[in-house]
Amino acid sequence: MKPVATLEAALASGLSTEEFRQIGTLLGRPPNPTELGMFSAMWSEHCSYKSSRRHLARFPTESPRVIEGPGENAGAVDIGHGLAAVFKVESHNHPTFIEPFQGAATGVGGILRDIFTMGARPVALMNSLRFGPLSVPKNRALFTGAVAGIANYGNSMGIPTVGGEVFFEDCYSLNPLVNAFALGIAPADRIFRARAEAPGSPVWCVGSKTGRDGIHGASMASAAFDEEAEAKRPTVQVGDPFLEKLLMEACLELMQGDALIAVQDMGAAGLTCSTSEVASRGGAGVEIDLDRVAQRETGMNAYEIMLSESQERMLLVVRSGREAEVTRIFDKWDLDAAPIGRVSGDGLLRVRHQGQVAAEVPCRALTDDAPAFDRPAARPSWWPSPEITAADLPEPTDWNAVVRELAGSPELASRRFVYEQYDHMVRSDTVVRPGGDAGVVRIKGKELGIAMTLDGNGRYTARDPRRGGALAVAEACRNLAAVGATPVGATNCLNFGNPERPEIMWEFTEAIAGMTEALEALGVPITGGNVSFYNETEGANIFPTPVVGVVGVLDDATRRIPQHFAATGDLLFLAGLEGGDALGASAFLKEHHGRTDGRPPKPDLEAEVRLGAFLHAAGAAGLAASARDLSEGGLAAAAIESLFAPDGSRIGAGLEVECADRLEGTLFGEGPARALVSVRPGDAEALAGLAAREGVPLTNVGLVGGDALRIRVNGSTSVSLDLDGLTDVFRNSLGRMALA
Amino acid sequence: MARFAVLVFPGTNCEGDVLHAIEAVTGQPAALVWHKEGSLDGFDAAVVPGGFAHGDYLRAGGLARFSPVMEPLIEMAESGRAVVGICNGFQILQEAGLLPGAMLRNVSLSYVCRDVRLRVEANSSPLTCGLAPGTTLRMPVGHAEGNFRADDDVLEALEADEQVIFRYCDDGGEASDAANPNGSRNNIAGVRNARGNVAALMPHPDRAYEEALGGVDGCRLFESLHRFTES
Repeated sequence: MKPVATLEAALASGLSTEEFRQIGTLLGRPPNPTELGMFSAMWSEHCSYKSSRRHLARFPTESPRVIEGPGENAGAVDIGHGLAAVFKVESHNHPTFIEPFQGAATGVGGILRDIFTMGARPVALMNSLRFGPLSVPKNRALFTGAVAGIANYGNSMGIPTVGGEVFFEDCYSLNPLVNAFALGIAPADRIFRARAEAPGSPVWCVGSKTGRDGIHGASMASAAFDEEAEAKRPTVQVGDPFLEKLLMEACLELMQGDALIAVQDMGAAGLTCSTSEVASRGGAGVEIDLDRVAQRETGMNAYEIMLSESQERMLLVVRSGREAEVTRIFDKWDLDAAPIGRVSGDGLLRVRHQGQVAAEVPCRALTDDAPAFDRPAARPSWWPSPEITAADLPEPTDWNAVVRELAGSPELASRRFVYEQYDHMVRSDTVVRPGGDAGVVRIKGKELGIAMTLDGNGRYTARDPRRGGALAVAEACRNLAAVGATPVGATNCLNFGNPERPEIMWEFTEAIAGMTEALEALGVPITGGNVSFYNETEGANIFPTPVVGVVGVLDDATRRIPQHFAATGDLLFLAGLEGGDALGASAFLKEHHGRTDGRPPKPDLEAEVRLGAFLHAAGAAGLAASARDLSEGGLAAAAIESLFAPDGSRIGAGLEVECADRLEGTLFGEGPARALVSVRPGDAEALAGLAAREGVPLTNVGLVGGDALRIRVNGSTSVSLDLDGLTDVFRNSLGRMALA
Repeated sequence: MARFAVLVFPGTNCEGDVLHAIEAVTGQPAALVWHKEGSLDGFDAAVVPGGFAHGDYLRAGGLARFSPVMEPLIEMAESGRAVVGICNGFQILQEAGLLPGAMLRNVSLSYVCRDVRLRVEANSSPLTCGLAPGTTLRMPVGHAEGNFRADDDVLEALEADEQVIFRYCDDGGEASDAANPNGSRNNIAGVRNARGNVAALMPHPDRAYEEALGGVDGCRLFESLHRFTES
């Protein structure tokens, strides 16, 4: 077990002096270098959640539908028909900055393994992306590289990418965000868990061979970047979606039977994390022999093998005597599969290499005993941000130009350039395609549809983290309501700066408080997620960016509400609160005035609940010809988005609004709990009845039809943009900026 | 009754869509056939579905022709039975020498997934025998290498022999540049062999067979295939 690791080595690997002492206490002796590496990875922020654990405990995590809450590889909720939806979102921010294609691609690979590890077949992907402005060439390279990487991995796996979001702000230039979401379906009574039980059971390593790639990725992802960041490229893993496709098919085939006790994905901290987590969850230990791990390179030492983050590997705990089934199925798929050890009863992770014990550590010391901090939080001096309304701004003179500018702006232009690179139709289950408020996949042979959305607004959270956190949850639930779905569970990815700074911890705790308030009000449990701290480069922190993924069910997928205007003559209604004309931190303020300041709108969670109930009822009764939630860009953006159907067809509209004062708030205000709904004239009365029953105000705001987008204010025309020009601006601007 | 084989290579990912579409549209039985199988006895037609066979390593479809199932597939084609490819299946049939031409990367250099419009050019194939030339259809594409290439003389012969069965077109039925999603020569979206029993296209009829998916035009191709097996 010699030699002994030094304090200097511990500090260099990202551990603190105090943590190094604590390791000595837990072991009863100083660690050797291999053990130190294992602790450094497992006690990293990325693996241990040491700065966030205590705060995450505030999220609501229970409901009658929850089958598996936080703590497993992914969460699972009951969606009826004997089925469970298994889903999670995870960040891959740091690797993407270092190498955008592989960094983003392996983010997709990792989240997919989390899903099929649970015994679920992945059926949909989404992603949430943040980059710096596309006017900077490096940002274009990062953006197009990450999108191509995500496309390559998801498309090769044959899993449709049905939704997501992309935003651009200066603060993401040196620290882009890539959050990947995956959802799978499993029989509700056959969810696999990662708990090693039954001492003596063989432990297998299957899938790819282990190489020297990605060593210490977890520690890399837990540190701020400096100008040397790009020298860290060897810590980024290289993905092989073909191998993962085979691994997924082999694992799902094996899971049809009962030869497995537990399955654990190998992601961050590789063999170290998978063995210690699977053992400590089951209250057991594990003994492994590294000479039996299939290796891609010669001469790897124990440290390298234990910390490699080579992709496309899984750890299996197999029932004794059932090994032949594992061999047969992995042979069929031409994959490596080898027993590397056994479950033990002593609670220790014992690692042998070349006849020696290379490491011997209590599993719990690596996992449950990891430090947990309550880091100091302090409200910054700028708090609170000022409210901003149109009266604070110079008045535009040419409204045609303003609307056209916004329709083609980085904030509001169609994301077609991105989602057309993602296969969103494979599996032939996608019934609401990307470009709408939420993606919907059906389940063949059932009426059931599953709706999903991924939302966040870093600008909001930066200016008011509590409101921003609540609004992210509210908007996600509103997006599901807009397709007629009922939310049943949520996952979250919390992208924040350096937690050692008190104002960052304040942002973090406030955002969690806001999210919790909204989750409780809307009755949606969190079933898992991920925290990404240290999104700080050269001392600059990103906007605090919580991203919320919400999953909903549609009892009858054919009753989904379309996301696009349907027919000439349909009536347009604004559903929801009046007075939603707040412009603080809005898309209009950013794109027209070049400002990202001001206070985001005040959430109204009771109104969100009523709007959700109204849209759900309207969808179920078939009364809504289309619906769009109002969010970034307000009423004008919702109207523009509704003009263009995914099949390439389009239809004009004429908005009629009353406005006593300035027009900006009416057109672009981002007040919450609102949606733009179109309805066949014959259904308008019934829809009004539903709205009255649910307590949702309805205001007639015009008609669908024509070959232009027209906006009449107090009876006179302010905006008239012909569809040909608007189509090009809305649909092609983002691609032009990205490929400039 | 006709029996359809749907081939599955490692990395294939549209086998379930094709199987489901065949059964839903034709009411005939279909079965998945693993690439290590050495026989296609008992099948009246075979479909090579989309995906990334063998990871598309080397090049799209490049390794699939070494799979054991290709020998009986080629025999099937030589016997005059229907052999059909969709997307990656098209690339595989080209690599196996059953169909002319080759695919380059899309001119955009990106994967493209969106609805396209197709014009039926000839009804002399298993995919079009039930369709009138000039008919236009809408269905999704999803590929990174669909840019059909052939030498000038090969292309001329294909056109003269009416071996081009589908062309990308706009809403008005014109084979315009704007309607071409990948830069393929002459807007070619699908071709057949000289004998008229092997055919393939890049777009996905297996993603347009129910209203829920946004279109049903793909049904016409599976109906044609069924009809071909009965003739």
